[in-house]
Amino acid sequence: MTNPAIAAHALRKSYGDKTVLDGIDITVPEGTIFSLLGPNGAGKTTAVKILSTLISPDGGQARVAGHDLTTDPQAVRATIGVTGQFSAVDGLITGEENMLLMADLHHLPKAEGHRVTTELLERFDLVEAAKKPASTYSGGMKRRLDIAMTLVGDPRIIFLDEPTTGLDPRSRHTMWQIIRELVATGTTVFLTTQYLEEADELADRIAVLNNGKIAAEGTAEELKRLIPGGHVRLRFTDPIAYRSAALALTDITHDDETLSLQIPSDGTQNNLRFILDRLDTAGIEADELTVHTPDLDDVFFALTDGTGTPNQPKEAVR
Amino acid sequence: MSSLSLAVRDSNTMLRRNLLHARRYPSLTLNLLLTPVMLLLLFVYIFGNAMSGGAGRSAYIAYLVPGILLMTIGSTVIGTAVSVSTDMSEGIIARFRTMAIHRGSILVGHVIGSVIQSVMSVVLVGAVGVAIGFRSHHATVLDWLAAFGLIVLFALALTWIAVGMGLVSPTAEAASNNAMPLILLPLLSSAFVPLHSMPGWFQPIAHYQPFTPAIETLRGLLLGTHIGNNWWIALAWCLGLTVLGYRWSTSTFNQDPK
Ligand SMILES: Nc1ncnc2c1ncn2[C@@H]1O[C@H](COP(=O)(O)OP(=O)(O)O)[C@@H](O)[C@H]1O
Ligand SMILES: [Mg+2]
Repeated sequence: MTNPAIAAHALRKSYGDKTVLDGIDITVPEGTIFSLLGPNGAGKTTAVKILSTLISPDGGQARVAGHDLTTDPQAVRATIGVTGQFSAVDGLITGEENMLLMADLHHLPKAEGHRVTTELLERFDLVEAAKKPASTYSGGMKRRLDIAMTLVGDPRIIFLDEPTTGLDPRSRHTMWQIIRELVATGTTVFLTTQYLEEADELADRIAVLNNGKIAAEGTAEELKRLIPGGHVRLRFTDPIAYRSAALALTDITHDDETLSLQIPSDGTQNNLRFILDRLDTAGIEADELTVHTPDLDDVFFALTDGTGTPNQPKEAVR
Repeated sequence: MSSLSLAVRDSNTMLRRNLLHARRYPSLTLNLLLTPVMLLLLFVYIFGNAMSGGAGRSAYIAYLVPGILLMTIGSTVIGTAVSVSTDMSEGIIARFRTMAIHRGSILVGHVIGSVIQSVMSVVLVGAVGVAIGFRSHHATVLDWLAAFGLIVLFALALTWIAVGMGLVSPTAEAASNNAMPLILLPLLSSAFVPLHSMPGWFQPIAHYQPFTPAIETLRGLLLGTHIGNNWWIALAWCLGLTVLGYRWSTSTFNQDPK
């Protein structure tokens, strides 16, 4: 096995007496998309800032691209690209000048810098706006310029902190497409998001960050399995059928008002057949049958409910 | 790339960025020239007779201009404090911090840019001085070179201090307030009136603050007045403030950003 792109162990960070990160472990294999998922204030940005050498942790170790964060930050910086949560473009100069500035700071030869700039501006649909001050760009354009600037040095590992927050649906889908293309060329992506849909859509592995700890970690599928909540729902119009169904089935929750029954189910064919057989045997016909599989939303809310204390065991799924 | 050539190259890139800002948005720099120019005109044409003690307008213009020139530097670096503070609140600085560039280049770019702007401002204000009748009859080429050197060193010293002020200021307003002493100090120096016309208890303060020795030195170089020990006090101030400002700025900048 090759070295992971990012390997962090027991990272801690507090501000005053507020513990933001309370010992988190993160492993991101090369060439994959890892998503750190968490509500506002969970500590996602803090984690990105630490892993991208912007701030130092209070405790723990981390290696990025095999280089130690604290002893060799400059080597880490040489392999990463960072697009922070808030726009990191120079608003006073044009989009093109921003790109050329990055090229100069990556010490690209002049011609090469121009070539890369032209290519990226085209790829991110910024050619028309290239000569306008970046401060006049829309949110989506700023984001695209931001990412284009991050790509100038051809980084192996990219951090994207909430890349789609505040974007309209169209720009969000464009951004998703961009992120997928990045990984297709072997880049490792560390992505934070508040949106389950986004993590589900993009990430190979997801870690749910809550209250300074990783509440759960795994693939989207693994996380979904963590949460009970899959069920079959039967609805009736006839109260008699409703009552006999309630007698024929076990382990049910009923709702007398809507005449509906809820039976825990993992949604597999076998389980459904079992339920249907029971109903057939009792000669009952439901008016409506729906299958609910837990989605990441269920996972998210179960793990981060109200007070923010996870009600799931802390150990990660592997 | 060796670390020195890396430092030079990145500093040069950062300098070009700052000059680009200044060129694209010249109003900030030009606004800062208003104070010294207005004070020059005010003191010459309105208070001139009272201030010069009857020595005549052209004599008072000659007396006034060296102080106004150094005040111009104080005024220009207020702009530096403001632009450093605004720049630091921009996301692009966070981006720079995560790139494998020479760290110091970000500050060095600001400093060199500010010194260049200061020198240009001094030239502009000097031109106004010449237009209203300032003449230097005695200065040799060497005197001019020394005067230029003094202006650069003085600008460098005040710039590093202003950069430090910009770094510790959370907002542009705070930066401009914090840097205010840099334009107030010349009012408490020998720029407008000779020291001996000030109250006795105040004279030592006015004499040893950074502006007076520098003004007296510049006056001596341009007009041939007595410099005495002022030149080395001025140099000591320049050196001391540069080292202090440099240390303060770099240690502030190297802390984790907020
Ligand atoms: N510089 C700071 N000083 C004090 N508190 C901070 C600082 N940065 C972040 N925090 C606090 O740490 C917590 C996590 O912040 P952050 O990492 O930005 O969360 P997220 O990105 O998940 O929204 C928040 O409660 C925030 O108020
Ligand atoms: Mg955040």
